[in-house]
Amino acid sequence: MADAARGGWGRRFVIGVPYLWLTLFFLVPFILVLKISFSEPIMAQPPYGPLWQTDANGQTELKANVDNFAFLVDDPFYKDAYFKAVKTAFFSTLMALLIGYPMAYGIARASPTWRNAMLMLVVLPFWTSFLIRVYSWKVLLQGTGPVNGLLMYFGLIDEPIQILYTDFAIYLGIVYSYLPFMILPLYAALERLDLTLNEAAADLGAPPWRVFTSITLPLSLPGVIAGCGLVFIPAVGEFVIPEMLGGPNAAMIGRVLWNEFFANRDWPVASAVAVAMLVFLVVPIMLFQRYEARAEGR
Amino acid sequence: MRVRLYTVVSLGFAFLYLPIVALVAYSFNASPRVTVWQGFSTHWYAALLEDQQIIDAALLSLRIATMNATGAVILGTLAAFAMVRYTKFRGRTIFTGLVAAPLVMPEVITGLSLLLLFVASESLIGWPSERGTTTITIAHITFSLAFVAVLVQARLSTFDRSLEEAALDLGAPPWKVYLVITLPLIAPALISGWLLAFTMSLDDLVISSFVSGPGSSTLPMVVFSMVRRGLSPEINALATLFIGAIGIGLVASVLIARKGFVPPR
Repeated sequence: MADAARGGWGRRFVIGVPYLWLTLFFLVPFILVLKISFSEPIMAQPPYGPLWQTDANGQTELKANVDNFAFLVDDPFYKDAYFKAVKTAFFSTLMALLIGYPMAYGIARASPTWRNAMLMLVVLPFWTSFLIRVYSWKVLLQGTGPVNGLLMYFGLIDEPIQILYTDFAIYLGIVYSYLPFMILPLYAALERLDLTLNEAAADLGAPPWRVFTSITLPLSLPGVIAGCGLVFIPAVGEFVIPEMLGGPNAAMIGRVLWNEFFANRDWPVASAVAVAMLVFLVVPIMLFQRYEARAEGR
Repeated sequence: MRVRLYTVVSLGFAFLYLPIVALVAYSFNASPRVTVWQGFSTHWYAALLEDQQIIDAALLSLRIATMNATGAVILGTLAAFAMVRYTKFRGRTIFTGLVAAPLVMPEVITGLSLLLLFVASESLIGWPSERGTTTITIAHITFSLAFVAVLVQARLSTFDRSLEEAALDLGAPPWKVYLVITLPLIAPALISGWLLAFTMSLDDLVISSFVSGPGSSTLPMVVFSMVRRGLSPEINALATLFIGAIGIGLVASVLIARKGFVPPR
């Protein structure tokens, strides 16, 4: 099909249709966000002003300004929200890596039959509703819920402790929801490791931890980076998890954007928050995509 | 070492599955206070089936998910073909970036940007005159086509082109080659892509909230409003039904995958 259509209508159609769609519904919207982040909030529908205005004398006045961004910089609330989001995403990613790495390693070393079954078990929760999975932690972490019950049963605590609506609950929610995204790339990297390298190192007298730090870990690094990227990047902008499991003051930037938009109806500031969030995420996204491209090239 | 590794893996799976098991168990709790056990009851299932708001939302979500999955498979497959089969065309770098970007883009940004597009286009050309099913479907297709493209791309890059070439050499017209050879070979990827897009659409809260209008609340939006500030026993029942449906779907897909899609020679 491809060969016969090369340069013809088939080729134009195959490339053109998705290209057009993505330009129209992905690229153009971003340009709009950028544009509106420089405009003034006004009381109207839609609630943002034009970038320039031509008055009766035919004089064009530039209305675009960086007030929204200045507002974000001046108000410590936004700075804290960014910091909190990055901090939360960082620690959650670390926790997911510490849980996901040994799991991926164990799955990669299992017999082929077990391996496929376990991989399916890793992916399965991803098919159930994300919202419901986050909600399940809300049930578990209640004062009268099973986690507190278990802790009291084992005598670790005497009365229910507050876990829900704390930062720890947010970490837990993120790790739980994104763990499959961590395990799968790690597994892919660990599964194709050449075990003879480990054997050779062990034969030459390297202790197990040394074999791990000088062979297994460096060779699985692409998987580590891909997994961390897949957890960290969406976690920074996460809205549902802090909203459901975090306290009312857990102002992560995704939640702030949501509130600016839905509660305050300040579209220009919401856009500025989005632009600033993207600026912070550009480096991890680029890093991630470079590693992905390299992994594909192999 | 080995034993310890299995312990870690088992603990990991316990972490992944116990919350879901707990939710299923609590769905049969008679008490309206979700975590205080008061005896077995299917009361909340009955309440769920009488909740018109949830039923309407579920029907709307299923409709959107079906349209989304179909659209995403078509566009995602085209995008995958463009990336695998045409290694050189103008703007290919931008194109690959555009396909991959929705995979990692925070949902709040995608949602906000699409809403701004719909608002701007309404004031410019009068379309869309109201936000609802259409705008939600468009938004869902945009992010889920990326996932379909990745799946189909993986399938296409391990694809044996000589089969297609042989058919072309034997005089089959390109459309026939596509229908008889290419399509059956990539069908598993198309089906898993369709299911993935369907699930993602059914599950999306953030993007839908931005681009929906009055009177078009999807199921996640209704669920979210019910559990945002508290627990709801009805939602436990809904979650259990959901998990049951996915379990059935999974068994079916394993059975289909065993049989295979490639017709016997």
